[in-house]
Amino acid sequence: MALLEVQNLEIAVSAKGKLLPVVQSVSFSVDDNETLGIVGESGCGKSLTALAIMGLLGGTTVRITGGSIRFDGMDLLTLSERERRSIMGNQMAMIFQEPMTSLNPVYRIGDQIIENIRQHQKMTKAQARDRVVELLSLVRIPNPSERVDSFPHQMSGGQRQRVMIAMALSCDPKLLIADEPTTALDVTVQKEVLDLMADLQTRMGTAIILISHDLGVISETSNKVAVMYRGRVAEAAETESLFLELAHPYTRGLLNSMPVVDSDVDWLEAIPGRVPTLEEELTGCAFHPRCASATELCLTTVPKETEFKHGHSVQCHFPGKVAP
Amino acid sequence: MNAMNFLQAAFAGRRLATLGFLWLVMIAVAAIAAPLIAPFDPLEIDPVGRLAKPGWPNLFGTDHFGRDTFSRAVYGARMTVIIGTGSVVVALLAGGLIGMVSAYFTKLGHFLMRGVDVLMAFPALLMALVLITLLERSVFNTILVIGIVYATTTARILFGMTLKLKGEVFVDAAVCSGVGNLSILFRHILPNLVSPLLVQASFIFAFAQLQAAALDFLGLGLPPEVPSWGNMLSEERIYVTRAPWLLIYPGILIVLSVFSMNLVGDALRDSIDPRFKDDISGV
Amino acid sequence: MLAYTAKRLLTLIPTLLAASILVFLFVHLIPGDPAAILLGDTATPEEVAQLSSEMGFDHPLYIQYFIWLSNVLKGDLGTSIFFGEPVLSVIGSGAETSILLASMTMIWIILIGLPIGILSATKHGTWIDQMTSSGAMLAASIPTFWLGLYLIMIFSVTLGWFPSSGFPSLSDHGGITNLRYLLLPSLTLAAPNTALIIRLVRASMLDVSREDHVRTARAKGLHPTRVAIKHIFRNALIAVAAAFGFTFAALISEAVVTETVFSLPGIGRLVVQSILRRDYPVIQGVILVIVVLYMVINLAVDLAYARLDPRVSLK
Repeated sequence: MALLEVQNLEIAVSAKGKLLPVVQSVSFSVDDNETLGIVGESGCGKSLTALAIMGLLGGTTVRITGGSIRFDGMDLLTLSERERRSIMGNQMAMIFQEPMTSLNPVYRIGDQIIENIRQHQKMTKAQARDRVVELLSLVRIPNPSERVDSFPHQMSGGQRQRVMIAMALSCDPKLLIADEPTTALDVTVQKEVLDLMADLQTRMGTAIILISHDLGVISETSNKVAVMYRGRVAEAAETESLFLELAHPYTRGLLNSMPVVDSDVDWLEAIPGRVPTLEEELTGCAFHPRCASATELCLTTVPKETEFKHGHSVQCHFPGKVAP
Repeated sequence: MNAMNFLQAAFAGRRLATLGFLWLVMIAVAAIAAPLIAPFDPLEIDPVGRLAKPGWPNLFGTDHFGRDTFSRAVYGARMTVIIGTGSVVVALLAGGLIGMVSAYFTKLGHFLMRGVDVLMAFPALLMALVLITLLERSVFNTILVIGIVYATTTARILFGMTLKLKGEVFVDAAVCSGVGNLSILFRHILPNLVSPLLVQASFIFAFAQLQAAALDFLGLGLPPEVPSWGNMLSEERIYVTRAPWLLIYPGILIVLSVFSMNLVGDALRDSIDPRFKDDISGV
Repeated sequence: MLAYTAKRLLTLIPTLLAASILVFLFVHLIPGDPAAILLGDTATPEEVAQLSSEMGFDHPLYIQYFIWLSNVLKGDLGTSIFFGEPVLSVIGSGAETSILLASMTMIWIILIGLPIGILSATKHGTWIDQMTSSGAMLAASIPTFWLGLYLIMIFSVTLGWFPSSGFPSLSDHGGITNLRYLLLPSLTLAAPNTALIIRLVRASMLDVSREDHVRTARAKGLHPTRVAIKHIFRNALIAVAAAFGFTFAALISEAVVTETVFSLPGIGRLVVQSILRRDYPVIQGVILVIVVLYMVINLAVDLAYARLDPRVSLK
């Protein structure tokens, strides 16, 4: 049994008295030392899936309407609020897309990390502070014993994201969820932060869910990839086998729209159309309006999840049979 | 048509605000048709029928001059509308002009806004009192004083909002196509500020009622013979133990009207451009 | 911090000077001979002539201003027509009442306004929130003098629990228990201001709760109450604190009505009575004192602001 197992997860947002499904029968698993990359355009449901796993959907109009999330042998959806909180920031931690705004501007960064540590571990303030200095040097912040007393506005975006990583790792979590951790950063800093995460994973054995819209980032860092489109997992496989042979036309479209540095491509292909909005009623495969090879079948019937190759699943009526 | 949609959106699902709006419509009707609604002359003194209890024919009883309280209350609605509208007009015209011009012509604006800052160092009621000392008691002067007091805040608010709009692309576009400064200010920028101004106006209207009532109470507002709700409270307050109804009716009328105006302002504020929401100063 | 304080003090000076010019001009805006206005109707022509030369009324306006300003800086605000005493000591006699009233009112505003505001924000969208925020708006719509009159009717006249008017000094017989005279007035004055603070706390907390760092705080597994107080309220306090200073400063002048209703010997009532008595030196003096006080308190708030928001001190 894997560390995290998400099965048939259904999430809906309630608007004007109606429940609109935003995530439908999503399943995946992550184990220790593994990195699962979830990739997709904005609005595909990847962030909501992450928030659902973390338990941060409370207080919003978004509800989990079905499925199960099992973590470390526990069924997360049946736990009490209190039990849920004892896991958050402890065995399971999350870092967010916006390093500039994700830290509270009025507290020193050290105190914000200390708060996380002392929430879950019996430690004196002095002990926790020593631990924070240790964590800050672990995430390669220079002068950690001085920076511990800095306010967030005194740091750069990259440094703040390192602080967020230090905070997330402060209680040695088994699972780290990173929602677009590098999107808001400069390209040079992006690489450093990703390397840092990979490095920490080898040291601590943490399982990571990395969410990104950037297939390049995912391919470099993940062992497994799940491609999401309009609330469903379009294609999922080990990273190598996925890139060996793309089964879903959407994944191919994502790949073709990516610039490759050392190739001679003169132009980039965009996927035609846009992700249909939630209000738009859609029959059949959600991707058919944008798919070049869509047939009558695609218009009427939702494709079932099928095994394309061993360990490579896809939701498409004609897997792999798309024009390159 | 556009205005109807705006109102509909603002009041959808807000029962209290809708009731407030209806109440204000009633006040407006009473103000316009006061001579038709009031059964008696609000100024007619009746030495025999002094301090009569509420009943027939004096619905709200009579005051210590024997004047019909209900008729005075109806005419009071007229004063409410006049004072409120007048103050709003003065505040928006004076403050609005200063604020918009200051934001657009920065050199002059720097000077003008410093002046506004200095005036804002005088707390609202104190400034009203100072101005009133220099003037005679009259309806016009009361409007003028309250209007000037709120002109300073209005200037600040419009200054901020105009600055925000000045950076917009459509203003640049207008500049590039050779439209004159004043035309940009009043034909391009002002129309975008109409709905936030409407919100600000409703809050000024509400504040103005309270300020006017306070001035009346201090004996520094409207001339004593004018039938306003504030004057009714002020004149009859020594009879509070003998004839409590004399204070209840005008008081409740003021509270309901100010509350309604605040509710309406609050509802409107939630449906305007979110960029301007924080600029509005209201309850 | 010290440099910041000094800088803010320096920026205060031009505003203060400009305001003082307005206060100075006040007497000159009243039609008539300023010396006669300052001395009142009973003054003899000799007295008028003497004051006129003392104040330099035969000199150009700017010289008059400097004479007046240097007098003010020496603590000489003129002489009250009505009391025949120096204006400063007339104002001083009302200071105790005004300061105590404003302080007690502030205590109510904090004790009642903050918890209800926090409650309203944390129960956002529920009937509790609707009740409290509509209730606050209703309270802000009540004329203070009307509320005061009814509090007197109920608690003083009918129940006899509290005195209805006046305020003997704390140094008089009764000592600290004399504060009971200020209980009803402070509650009256607190009502609309508490309402405004409730609305402000609610609105600011709702704004903050949508910020990203609150999600980070929840992701730490903190109890919702701790998130509400330590992260949401603490950050909302930055905006609320500014309003507190503003309110405290405004209370001194808003107290005009309350002090009149409860016949309290404070500065506010002094203003009204002086206006009715045409005691211009006192009016001028009180305006000056209140404006200076208002600015000093606002400066203090600005400095407190820098302490509450670490981002400010760097600027």
